Amino acid sequence: MHPIVAKNQLSPNVTRLVVSAPRIAAIRRPGQFVMVRLGPGAERIPLTIADADAEAGTISLVVQSVGKSTADLVELGVGDAIQDVAGPLGRPTDLLESGHAVCVGGGVGTAVILPIAQELDRRGVAVTSIIGGRSREWVILEDQLAATGEVVACTDDGSYGRPGFVTEALRDALDTGGVDAVYAVGPVPMMRAVSELTRPYGVPTTVSLNAIMVDGTGMCGGCRVSIAGESRYACVDGPEFDGHLVDFAGLADRLNTYRSFEQAAMARREACRIGGRVEPVEEAAAASR
Amino acid sequence: MTEQRPPLTPKERMGIDRVAMPEQDPDLRATNFREVNLGLTYQLAMLEAERCLQCPKPYCVDGCPVRVNIPRFIRLLREGDLPGAADSLLDDNALPCVTGRVCPQESQCEGVCLRGKKGKSVAIGALERYVADWAQGHTGELAHATPARSGRRVAVVGSGPAGLTAAGELAKRGHDVTIFEAFHAPGGVLIYGIPEFRLPKDIVQAEVDRLVEAGVRIEPNAIIGKTFTLPELRDQFDAIFLAVGAGLPVFMNVPGENLKGVYSANEYLTRVNLMGAWTADADTPVLRGQRVVVVGGGNVAMDAVRTARRLGADEARIVYRRGRDELPARAEEVHHAEQEGVVFDLLVAPIAVDGDGAGWVTGLRCVRMELGEPDESGRRRPMSVAGSEFTIPCDMVVVAIGTRSNPLLTTTAPELEVNEWGYIVVDENGMTSMPGVFAGGDIVRGAATVILAMGDGKRSAAAIDAWLRGDPPVSDRAEPAGEVPVRIGA
Repeated sequence: MHPIVAKNQLSPNVTRLVVSAPRIAAIRRPGQFVMVRLGPGAERIPLTIADADAEAGTISLVVQSVGKSTADLVELGVGDAIQDVAGPLGRPTDLLESGHAVCVGGGVGTAVILPIAQELDRRGVAVTSIIGGRSREWVILEDQLAATGEVVACTDDGSYGRPGFVTEALRDALDTGGVDAVYAVGPVPMMRAVSELTRPYGVPTTVSLNAIMVDGTGMCGGCRVSIAGESRYACVDGPEFDGHLVDFAGLADRLNTYRSFEQAAMARREACRIGGRVEPVEEAAAASR
Repeated sequence: MTEQRPPLTPKERMGIDRVAMPEQDPDLRATNFREVNLGLTYQLAMLEAERCLQCPKPYCVDGCPVRVNIPRFIRLLREGDLPGAADSLLDDNALPCVTGRVCPQESQCEGVCLRGKKGKSVAIGALERYVADWAQGHTGELAHATPARSGRRVAVVGSGPAGLTAAGELAKRGHDVTIFEAFHAPGGVLIYGIPEFRLPKDIVQAEVDRLVEAGVRIEPNAIIGKTFTLPELRDQFDAIFLAVGAGLPVFMNVPGENLKGVYSANEYLTRVNLMGAWTADADTPVLRGQRVVVVGGGNVAMDAVRTARRLGADEARIVYRRGRDELPARAEEVHHAEQEGVVFDLLVAPIAVDGDGAGWVTGLRCVRMELGEPDESGRRRPMSVAGSEFTIPCDMVVVAIGTRSNPLLTTTAPELEVNEWGYIVVDENGMTSMPGVFAGGDIVRGAATVILAMGDGKRSAAAIDAWLRGDPPVSDRAEPAGEVPVRIGA
């Protein structure tokens, strides 16, 4: 069992859980993830390790509540426990040794960018972070990132920081020059836009793919993504890949595989709480196919 | 307990017909996940046991990869000594409830049974299952040996059939055994792969529980190569047995394979079995295809296609590129699948998966095959027939054409010798290129059967035991330089 030792809300649907997992805390490296299973009957879901404290034996997981499994997770409080946490999985980020890196984070992806920015900073790489959200309350981890270098916060609605998408701020940085690498984590359309933007500049761009997976060890093949036309597994070959080679359309499409199930599960979850009734998941799922 | 009646004469034994395994009705079972084979009744088991001729040189034992003393447990059974029969069986076989259900007996013990030369062999598998199931229900009546503790620690990596068998054998010899399992639940392919209707999960759990009662520790969520490295384990255990399985799914490498609705058999079966997606209260989803095509002809393909039927597929088909005689699946599985309405498209090979504009599977494009000259495997090579292309309409495709080695462990231990396919190389004792590190099961032999993996587990346990007797314990070795590492395992 893995007790939750701290919890805080980062944005309206993004929660940070600090979880006891001493072994993983001691050996994890930026870019790696864990498979989490809340308890009996729960799904196994991949979550990137946002931060770790080897002394305290804890890891931080930043969870966006988007479906039943993540909603169940963020409902846990300090003192509750997660039954299974397995890892660290995936290949660590391939990081610059020197120079200037731009770290781009969109929404909850900012939590994945944070450990990368921290490690780059520790190595002496100059770090600029460009982070974005729909509006002010969706911009997260700005203070932690500020400790690693300059931060440009962007909001779609202009309610905070620079108005507009992160790509606009990134374009300015690329035009200024001297960018040796870009690390981008966020929604698939954002990572695609960043990769398309950096391509003509010839700046190496690393993205982290949140593919659907069951085991996280290469066994199921569900997380296969097309990289330069070759099928690769996000769990063991990734989760980070060269953004210029990723088939983002294919990834986005596969991420929709269980959308109808997720909607039905959420509806059932809500109905349970208010004592109502809903159609069984299978029927609802079949109906929406 | 003694037998009241006088023993039967050989002629009387020869006069008894082989009993048939009672089965759930095909139409009914195609709609549920309850076990297909119902097991023998006491009367049927006692009758079948009388058919055994108690050969002085029993071929059946030679035919068994774990060398179960078959005549002995059958004799004890028919003498009415069920505890004796159970003790005898468990002494030879760590997982008899499993092997009694999933072994290909027809090509092993029963395949060489003397009675099979003239008529039908003794139903050894059914008798094994009967005795093993009785043992699970009567643990209090079994002998409980408490071996002298050896003080030696052995790590077993993987809790599938090879790992569980080795763990049981090592515990029996007094060693302190810890199993490391990557998943949250132990059992390996017995839990994630073989479906409930062929091997109920509470039966597997009971077999695991028996090992735990015998002192075996199980560490779930421990991925060797990630959570701990092999050298770290080597520093803290006197010996290691690697039984991580083959693991990685092989895909067809045809266009459209990333469409939604294409699964590897590993993913499909893991969602359904390990994650319980067939039950009402599991969070893990699985697509429920109405027209499902499973590509492949082995036991895994049969498990997948029969699962699809049970999850509501109106049409469930097998596409296999060779003919009926070449199907690698057990005859019983093929027969059961046909009874359940599975359609076999034989001498057919897929060339592409078709999809709609939204990225969902709509069909499997195939070509007809004919058999040419035998290839290196001895089977006749399938060749495509020009102009025979056709499409099978479907909304789901499951690819069950095999697995390959998972590099997760081996690439993080460069000193471990592997062959060109990534399988671990072992010597005649099952020892790898790393002293004290042994390996067995699919990660050595490539995808094979439960019982062959168990045979490896049993042989390796004996080799590990012998090796430990000649090697100083870890605690006598010099401490590794630097800080003292965390103790791995409970």
